[in-house]
Amino acid sequence: MDFSYIQQSLPLFVRAFGVTLRLSALVIIASTIIGLVAAVIQHFRTPVLSQFFAAYEELFRNTPLLIQLFFLYYGLPSIGVKLSAETCAVIGASLLGGAYMAGGFLGGFSGIPTSQLESARALGLSQLQMVRYVTLPQGLARSVPALAANAIFLVKETSIFTVIAVPELTNTARDLIGMYYRSDEYLLTLVIGYAIILIPLSIILTLLERRVRRGTFAR
Amino acid sequence: MAPLLVESAASGAQVLFLGDNFSRLLGGLGTSLAISGLALLIGLPLGILLGSLRIVDNWVLRGILRVYLEFFRIVPTLVVLFLFYYILPREMGIQIDGKTIAVIAFALWVAAEISDVVRSGLISVPDHQIETGKALGMSGFQLLWYVRLPQSINLMIPAVLNLATRVVKTTSLLLLISVIDVVTVGQQIMETNRMAHPDAAFWVYGFIFLLYFIVCWPLSMIAKALEKRAKERNRD
Repeated sequence: MDFSYIQQSLPLFVRAFGVTLRLSALVIIASTIIGLVAAVIQHFRTPVLSQFFAAYEELFRNTPLLIQLFFLYYGLPSIGVKLSAETCAVIGASLLGGAYMAGGFLGGFSGIPTSQLESARALGLSQLQMVRYVTLPQGLARSVPALAANAIFLVKETSIFTVIAVPELTNTARDLIGMYYRSDEYLLTLVIGYAIILIPLSIILTLLERRVRRGTFAR
Repeated sequence: MAPLLVESAASGAQVLFLGDNFSRLLGGLGTSLAISGLALLIGLPLGILLGSLRIVDNWVLRGILRVYLEFFRIVPTLVVLFLFYYILPREMGIQIDGKTIAVIAFALWVAAEISDVVRSGLISVPDHQIETGKALGMSGFQLLWYVRLPQSINLMIPAVLNLATRVVKTTSLLLLISVIDVVTVGQQIMETNRMAHPDAAFWVYGFIFLLYFIVCWPLSMIAKALEKRAKERNRD
């Protein structure tokens, strides 16, 4: 182990760390939005749209991100759609993440007794009011554990962006190994890079889980 | 864009059926499935063993196994593959091909995930049953084998199936440690047809996407059905 290699490559890794962090944040936010919309629509069994989102979930949960990225990055240009590597990465991972997040939200929503929705309807609440006052306040708290697991999963999935040459952590490590043949040094830096993001993230999310669990009333 | 699409349907899709391309692609998928199957075959029993050890009354052992699990939870699977790919052959001083490395790395990953599934399944068995077993004079192993395992198996099977789909999906990364898998075959096909069918990428990657879906979807459907049944049974 020669630490001077790590020291020299540190600026590169710091930049890559920034890319991983930024793309992870984008992907998690976009996935959460897609997942929430898909889950609300399916929870209320909106015709056509809920079937559409169910199919979308199955399709993206059961195919690898790598193939989704290759399809977006190399496949789409042949029918005239050219997107940058980073755009493809964010779109692909967000579609994948959205499918997982939708499952997480739906699981949370399904814990709400149907009698509550029936009461809300009997009281004359509109669909939107039901979402706002019945489903979301209780459902979101119940979804937190699944969403937290998905967020960590998505950060790890950004490592696959390397296959379309997005200069994130894994890609940088691979490039450096290819150039200098110092696999130990760069792999160590790579693992530490992910640990710096994921250990605090998983601690924060565990604390958040504990907090919302206290907040949910009446199991 | 529309006429372009029709045109590619005429030419690009043909690439899939040129010569023995179709069977080559399926062969590549076969490699990935064989690796997944082997990894599960090794990882499953190992995971059950590790999971059972995680409820043993020994904090050092529990700590070590927890760190083992957390390692796989924190390091992306792709990076795990690289770690094994670069470090294992050198440490062992022998040549190991990518397939073997993949099987080892995936098996250890599967064992880690399964150990957590098994542990949470085992501790879900109510304490009073364990007390009863002890009162009947059952040994620790008997308690595990006759009381804890049979009741938690319903919870474990769906989790194992879901993990199996994750393993199959993760085999798409194998080309990065130079295993000739379905993606590599696809790339070879595109390369040889680059002049005649420049739009082959759309069809080849689309087809591989479909192949993975055909393998993984039934597995996750069965898992979903079993989960539902286990939940209903617990409600009674």
